[in-house]
Amino acid sequence: MISETGHFALILALGTAIVQTILPLWGYYRRDHTLMRVAMPSSVAQCMLLLVAFGALTVAYVTSDFSVENVWQNSHSAKPMLYKISGVWGNHEGSMLLWVLILAAFGASVALFGGNLPRDLRTCVLSVQGSVGAAFLLFIVATSNPFLRLDPIPLDGKGLNPILQDPALAFHPPFLYAGYVGFSLAFSFAIAALITGRIDAAWARWVRPWTLAAWMCLTLGVAMGSWWAYYELGWGGWWFWDPVENASFMPWLAGTALLHSASVMEKRDALKVWTLLLAILTFSLSLMGTFLVRSGVLTSVHAFAVDPARGIFILGIMTFFVGGALALFASRAKLLRQGGIFAPISREGSLVLNNLLLTTACAAVFIGTLYPLALEAVTGDKISVGPPYFDATFGPLMIPLLLVLPLGPFLAWKRGDILGALQRLAFAAALALLATLAAAAIFARGPWLATLGIGLGVWLIAGAISEIAFRIKLLRAPAEESWRRLCNLPRSAFGTAIAHAGVGVMVLGIIGTTAWRHEEILAMKPGEKADVAGYTLEFGGVAPGRGPNYTEVIGVFKVTRAGVETVTLHPSKRLYTAPPQPTSEAGILASWGGDLYTVLGDELEGGAFSVRIYFHPLVRLIWIGAIFMFLGGLMSLMDRRLRVGAPKRARKAPAGAAAAE
Amino acid sequence: MTRKQRRGVLIGVCLAVLGVAVGLVLLALDDSIVFFYSPSDVAEKQIGPGQRFRLGGLVEEGTVKRGQGTFVEFAITDTAKSISVTYTGLLPDLFREGQGVITEGKLGSNGVFVADNVLAKHDENYMPPEVAESLKKQGVWRGNDKK
Repeated sequence: MISETGHFALILALGTAIVQTILPLWGYYRRDHTLMRVAMPSSVAQCMLLLVAFGALTVAYVTSDFSVENVWQNSHSAKPMLYKISGVWGNHEGSMLLWVLILAAFGASVALFGGNLPRDLRTCVLSVQGSVGAAFLLFIVATSNPFLRLDPIPLDGKGLNPILQDPALAFHPPFLYAGYVGFSLAFSFAIAALITGRIDAAWARWVRPWTLAAWMCLTLGVAMGSWWAYYELGWGGWWFWDPVENASFMPWLAGTALLHSASVMEKRDALKVWTLLLAILTFSLSLMGTFLVRSGVLTSVHAFAVDPARGIFILGIMTFFVGGALALFASRAKLLRQGGIFAPISREGSLVLNNLLLTTACAAVFIGTLYPLALEAVTGDKISVGPPYFDATFGPLMIPLLLVLPLGPFLAWKRGDILGALQRLAFAAALALLATLAAAAIFARGPWLATLGIGLGVWLIAGAISEIAFRIKLLRAPAEESWRRLCNLPRSAFGTAIAHAGVGVMVLGIIGTTAWRHEEILAMKPGEKADVAGYTLEFGGVAPGRGPNYTEVIGVFKVTRAGVETVTLHPSKRLYTAPPQPTSEAGILASWGGDLYTVLGDELEGGAFSVRIYFHPLVRLIWIGAIFMFLGGLMSLMDRRLRVGAPKRARKAPAGAAAAE
Repeated sequence: MTRKQRRGVLIGVCLAVLGVAVGLVLLALDDSIVFFYSPSDVAEKQIGPGQRFRLGGLVEEGTVKRGQGTFVEFAITDTAKSISVTYTGLLPDLFREGQGVITEGKLGSNGVFVADNVLAKHDENYMPPEVAESLKKQGVWRGNDKK
């Protein structure tokens, strides 16, 4: 019964989304306020209905209702509760349901909290948002219904792919989707601006918090995916330039560019057309990511079931929205007046450079990701574009961006003083130089490029701190004044500094683990010892173990450092019962200096086991950097100006006054 | 600076960055892409030693032999042709006889493929699409496309 309720709610949500798309837009063109007002209740209703549908599916999973085909395919009664719940979105149908739920939630929050938006803008935004929802709901109802029943009812389910049964992965999809789908609002705002033909600084002020929230979720989602790949897949890498990873990384790059260009538009009323285009492109990349991952064009852990009809359907949706949006952009963008001129060396100029490099890097990733697909479609040749391509293209485009990043916040709007900015960064530059020399002294064997990389990371962190120090006149004014200035500094200034420092932290992690990684692959018998990066590991044999839905063979490694026993690591090889599939669980000793990472391999002749031991210097900093970026975003989001800065219409102001804002 | 000059600087910088990017992309595509071949392709296209490529197919039953340390030897087949592969390192969890795998490396002068990477990932039903395709070509495809 509950599943039928969910199914029914899903179909009603589709109907509501269609109403939300058509009536308000029609009302907008006929200047009929009654019709326009439909947008608000219908978007809230759509969200509620989807919440019911999602709740129904969750109940089916929690109670292990195997009469629902989706539950039978992807769940098992012996699975721990966390993974029963995460199993809801651990499959194609459920994850699409989560996708539209988040989409509707974003729409509903504009309806509920967007009271200070001009009526025309809000109506059009909700209508566009509704149309995206309608398209994907149609997709779900037509090709991916999660509520199909089975007869006869199977005794137990087939289980969830064991490598997906992991805490980080339980929360990776919701965050990633909140990011992907959050950009839909930027898209809807852009289309609405094109429809109404009005766009100004206030527009950017409304769009920016939503984009920022989406960007934060995406940052965390991508980072979680990377962290999971690092410890769960047992390859010891943190980024593989896998097409599926790229699919989530491209919207992140474009979204980062969008955040920066929106700030130019908000403060200086410049770069309007570009910001609009970027908003469209960012969401288009999100749609493309959904297509690549969900269609089965790329085979990966994410392509749950390969069904050509689904791929073509999503391709159709993508073509419609991207093509439609770009056509609308081409025909209407010239109506938008350009404002705010600026010198090439200025805050605006630096943000243009930021956008240029980010979007070009995004394009390079795009080409590397899609070239194999295109080549196979045209010539039938099968190729893979691997990490060397991305290292050779993405890297060189990022380095100039990172080098000039600390300068940006020191340049004034309109016309900047680059010499002054450099002077103010002298301390940061000195620190960076010192760090480079120190790294060169410690790692005398090189590689020298990596020691420069360490300098770059320190330059970014010190540059971010310098900016705050400069703004509070640290050491140049009495301590009380600095303190007062620190207290009065807008939160967004801290946000920028924290996020930029996060980039530096991440660079340190990337350089450390890429340049100075140790890897040993050994055949070890019980009692044998191995030395890796100053640690001594003694293999104490294996012991059997069992968990709720798996049995395992646990390796025992006593780790000593400088003669002192520190810890015992337990990498294991698990065999899950449903589905019957082996996985490796790495045994990791984490520290600030780096991770000691062990993987137990197969049993070899004579009682030996193949063992992989890594030392990853500074690897934690990669994800700590991502957390910094997230916190920076959060700080910025809490800024008063973003919350109340948008011009508020007086409660009883006449309608004409609101439109004239 | 006039508005026109400013625009000129902007366009100049954009073109410069794009030019560099295009150059990098072309250069990188030229020497870092890796082709995928099945054992039949290797015989047909007469791929010589030293060229890096991906070799995919099924791990032939009864061919997996372990050697010294983590050295392992096996054959990859598309049922028409098969090629011996050697690899030193940890095999993926899902590696076993009869399983579809992709290996990456070079042919040695003795015709044995020396792999430095073996991929068999994700789940037990997973078949690398390239492998599935070449098996279909040989008419030995047993899987079903839909779940």
